[in-house]
Amino acid sequence: MSAPNKSYDPVEVEALQPQQIEQMRDEALAAIAAATDLDALAHVKTAHAGGGSPLALANREIGALPPQAKAEAGKRVGQARGAVNKALAARQGELEAERDARVLVEEAVDVTLPYGRATAGARHPLATLSDRIEDIFVAMGYEVAEGPEVEAEWFNFDALNISVDNPVRSEQDTFFVAAADGSEDSGMVLRTHTSGVQIRSLLERELPVYVIAPGRVYRSDELDATHTPVFRQVELLAVDEGLTMADLKGTLDHMVVSLFGEGMTTRLRPNHFPFTEPSAEMDMLCYVCRGESVGNPDRPCRTCSSEGWIELGGCGIVNPKVLIACGVDPQKYSGFAFGFGIERMLMFRHNVEDMRDIVEGDVRFTLPFGMEI
Amino acid sequence: MRVPLSWLREYVDLPAGTAGRDVQAKLISAGLEVETVEQVGEGLQGPLVVGQVLTIEELEGFKKPIRFCTVDVGKANGTGEPQEIVCGARNFAVGDKVVVILPGGVLPGDFRISARKTYGRVSHGMICSARELGMGDDHDGIVVLPPEHEVGTDAIGLLELVDEVLDIAVTPDRGYCLSLRGVARETATAFGLPLSDPALIDVPGPKAGGYPVQVTDEAGCDRFTARTVTGINHEARSPIWLQRRLQKVGMRPISLAVDITNYVMFEVGQPLHAYDRTRLNGMIGVRRAAPGEKLTTLDGVERVLDGEDLVITDESGPIGLAGVMGGAHTEIADAGVPGADGSPEAGAGTTEIVIEAAHFDPVSIARTARRHKLGSEASRRFERGTDPQATSAAAQRAVDLLVLLAGGTAEPGVTEIAVPAEPRTVAMAADHPDRVAGTRYGRETVVRRLQQIGCYVTGSDDLIVTVPSWRPDLSFPNDLAEEVIRLEGYENLPSTLPRPPAGRGLTDSQRLRRRIGRALAGAGYVEAPAYPFVGTEALDALGLDADDPRRRVVTLANPLSDNEPALRTTLLTGLLATLRRNDGRGSHDLALFETGLVFHPREGAGTPPRPPVDRRPTDEEIAALKAALPDQPRHAAVVLTGAREPAGWWGAGRPAGWADAIEAARTVAREAGVELILRQDQHAPYHPGRCAAFYAVAGDGTEVRVGHGGELHPRVTKALGVPERTAAMEVDLDVIEFAGAGHRPSGPRVSTFPVATQDVALVVAADVPAAEVEAALREGAGELLESLRLFDVFTGPQIGEGRKSLAYALRFRAPDRTLTAEDASAARDAAIARAAERTDATLRG
Repeated sequence: MSAPNKSYDPVEVEALQPQQIEQMRDEALAAIAAATDLDALAHVKTAHAGGGSPLALANREIGALPPQAKAEAGKRVGQARGAVNKALAARQGELEAERDARVLVEEAVDVTLPYGRATAGARHPLATLSDRIEDIFVAMGYEVAEGPEVEAEWFNFDALNISVDNPVRSEQDTFFVAAADGSEDSGMVLRTHTSGVQIRSLLERELPVYVIAPGRVYRSDELDATHTPVFRQVELLAVDEGLTMADLKGTLDHMVVSLFGEGMTTRLRPNHFPFTEPSAEMDMLCYVCRGESVGNPDRPCRTCSSEGWIELGGCGIVNPKVLIACGVDPQKYSGFAFGFGIERMLMFRHNVEDMRDIVEGDVRFTLPFGMEI
Repeated sequence: MRVPLSWLREYVDLPAGTAGRDVQAKLISAGLEVETVEQVGEGLQGPLVVGQVLTIEELEGFKKPIRFCTVDVGKANGTGEPQEIVCGARNFAVGDKVVVILPGGVLPGDFRISARKTYGRVSHGMICSARELGMGDDHDGIVVLPPEHEVGTDAIGLLELVDEVLDIAVTPDRGYCLSLRGVARETATAFGLPLSDPALIDVPGPKAGGYPVQVTDEAGCDRFTARTVTGINHEARSPIWLQRRLQKVGMRPISLAVDITNYVMFEVGQPLHAYDRTRLNGMIGVRRAAPGEKLTTLDGVERVLDGEDLVITDESGPIGLAGVMGGAHTEIADAGVPGADGSPEAGAGTTEIVIEAAHFDPVSIARTARRHKLGSEASRRFERGTDPQATSAAAQRAVDLLVLLAGGTAEPGVTEIAVPAEPRTVAMAADHPDRVAGTRYGRETVVRRLQQIGCYVTGSDDLIVTVPSWRPDLSFPNDLAEEVIRLEGYENLPSTLPRPPAGRGLTDSQRLRRRIGRALAGAGYVEAPAYPFVGTEALDALGLDADDPRRRVVTLANPLSDNEPALRTTLLTGLLATLRRNDGRGSHDLALFETGLVFHPREGAGTPPRPPVDRRPTDEEIAALKAALPDQPRHAAVVLTGAREPAGWWGAGRPAGWADAIEAARTVAREAGVELILRQDQHAPYHPGRCAAFYAVAGDGTEVRVGHGGELHPRVTKALGVPERTAAMEVDLDVIEFAGAGHRPSGPRVSTFPVATQDVALVVAADVPAAEVEAALREGAGELLESLRLFDVFTGPQIGEGRKSLAYALRFRAPDRTLTAEDASAARDAAIARAAERTDATLRG
């Protein structure tokens, strides 16, 4: 756009004859109609509506007209330019629609092509299942406590009321650490449970103590379909004033509901462990058949062998002797504890049939578990 | 402990129709782990009768000798005629009483019997072996019954062939349940029925003339009963009922005297020992062995004794390992069986027996059994604690049975040695079980339940509970609370939730580890935790020098495999083994990671102390306990091989390599807020020209090394059998965590003024690390530099031998104004100048 011209040349006024303007308009409209693609239309637009087009030049000349002629000439040129621009926009729309119909179809691709370009990884399901269990208890106010895997026998056994002569000590298939001089009695073991962390927690933390202790533990079993010498446990310890077996039961119930859904529950059966008194074995309702396979041969349950219950692990009221070994007054405080193996939990929660698949690190096993379970 | 239901019913009058499963359910609820209920003789169906062999015809011409017999089965076959039966066994003669199943009968295992033609004759039934009847594994021949049983008698009842046997896994605290007496007590309580206690019999008091016994170690043996039975018919055999009961509890019948001692042990839980009196040499004694003393035990093994072993002696020396196993010399002998020591009296058979029933210190027995790796039914019971009050009754039961079944005569003398002991009492508040359980039982229930397990209870709010002699496990109020709660039913406990104080959530360290796991998995790595066991071979394969600290390992005293006796000092051994396993199984594009502990022995650390457990250890003791343990830092490592990005319709793939491994280290560090400083290094197991050492600057400004990464040395990939060019990295997470401690990113001010970009290509010597050039550029460019990216590395004749060109894209931006071209150029020139000064870089012309 150029600025209006203040000086006009009367000679040129003749150029703005009405017929000429109509002719310019009609030529433009014809060219627009004749444009068959967007490129052609772009050329037409430059030629008939651009800055150098006849109508644009005519428009520029209006400024040179005598004032009495300006109004009419302006009106006539304006109408012509309006018509041309309108036709241009319309044709632009038509041609774009045409292009869309043709070109974009030609550009179509097969969107179902596979694209495994960035390959996926995964966390191990034992790690993610442990995380999930930890989260349940962290949400309740527990903290996650940890300890070393090579542990002093005092933490792993003595403080837990497992004296040197307790048959449990030899029954636990312990890996003993060799002493520097090669003898067997180093006073250290590969921890057989994470209970040593409970002891450390009681010694290090202020009461009350509510901790969950996940981690790797060791028993000298050969690897087979149901055993592994290296496995993971989650143990829980709560020591406070007035804790009871009912609290233990409620905590277990909450855990299985959190892991398996509403309606789940647990069952306690008397058992014996040196570090708890009373002690119990804990079972959870079979989350598949919910106990309905019991005595119902028409609906057998593979998960629980139609027992209705699945054995989880051991639990109980912390033996006052354990509290005493940690300097906790058993007259004032009581506590409960439980522990179970994550491998077993993984096996029945995710239908894993062979322990070896869990421990061998085959990527085909691990990948489907992704980032969380 | 195997418990036949038929035997159990002798002490508890269970309602007719009570099945093994019912008893199982009740006992499980009461805390006895009844693992199985075996259905003995399941499916067995008569007619199964006592028969007498009338004739035997030996059939010739078959692969094995075959007999064609006629057997009198009385009226059982409906005709009274002799039954014709073909039999492959040879251990019987005409006139013997045998067990015959007639056509129409069914043996266990759905073995249906019908008349059938075999070996050219028609066999109308079968003469049965013990195994065929479900009586045991004996299949050497058919069962020959004692002659007194009448022909035609139903053998199912006679041999108690149909029964149910509970198999109970007895926990160490419930030694009393290693007996029918104990299980019967639990059953009676569980069903609310009275108990006929088999140990509640008339027992004579001590009486002169008993076999002389002297206990010199009263701590090891506080109770010793000795009884003598003479005139024993050494040809007498155990009656069927006795044999059957022993078979059902899992013992092999041996001889009448031995069977009786075993029977009484299972009945009342008191192990007994029977000595041949004629082989005893003077007074029996109980003492500790002299170190080095020798004893040949019943199993024929000569054992060198320890000074702590409790032994039974006579004047010749030790004659038995007390409570564990008897000696060979004084063993009672069957008629016709030579003495174990080949003594001249061989074949004589024992006619005079001294019965020992004693109570030994459980710890002593356990240690001896363990020391000599010699567990026995007796030691199992003694080490869990037997009933010291049951010795006389058990001895009396054995005497009674020897008199009854072996025709013996009980000598009147009774030796009873008893160290005086007060009954054990436990003080407990009457509401203690309520407070442990979290429910309300009330005093009355508590007292009743305690009485049911055999306690004597006095007091009102504060109870004084005298515990029964067979329950050495009951010492503390919680022990008693458990008894009350289990009998009231664990299944009846309410379910409540405690209210813990507000927790602080996961620690920074725990959250960091989760983040690292997710970041690596997100980058395509699969987590593969390996066993931490290693051997020298694996460390050799990594090419570690002899003095490499990773060779100093923590060793196990009892490893699963002698090839892998130590604990890992690097995660790479396990990860590379897992990589090889996956590769061998056909997965060739692999990226694996693990985070876990490694173990380094602590120099000069001693043995951890063993503080007493009746108090809190002192701070010094706790510190000493921890100081003795190996260093156990947490590492993270990755290994990768094959394609990092696969080829596909989009184009070529990209092989995994050293740069991926190093980037994984950066990924790990980034999660901790740590920027790694990389330096070229030479470090096993890496390729000497493709190995980076990783460093980080800690909060206090010190530089710490966090690990290494790169491509594995070709010798290492070859030694380990993993693909060539496998790459790896390993970092110490504890160090990274330390370096990143307190890291908290500040929110950057985002400038909306336009960016000014400048590219520069710098030529440097080939061995100048790109990291140094970049650091110099950053420093020189100053605050206006928004970002810097190396977009090309070029070598070639244009650049010159031994030199490389590094091309960088620099972006400048000011927070408060639009930069002029002059501003950006000045910053760029300053960057180049600094690089030139530091690295001799020249601008590429």
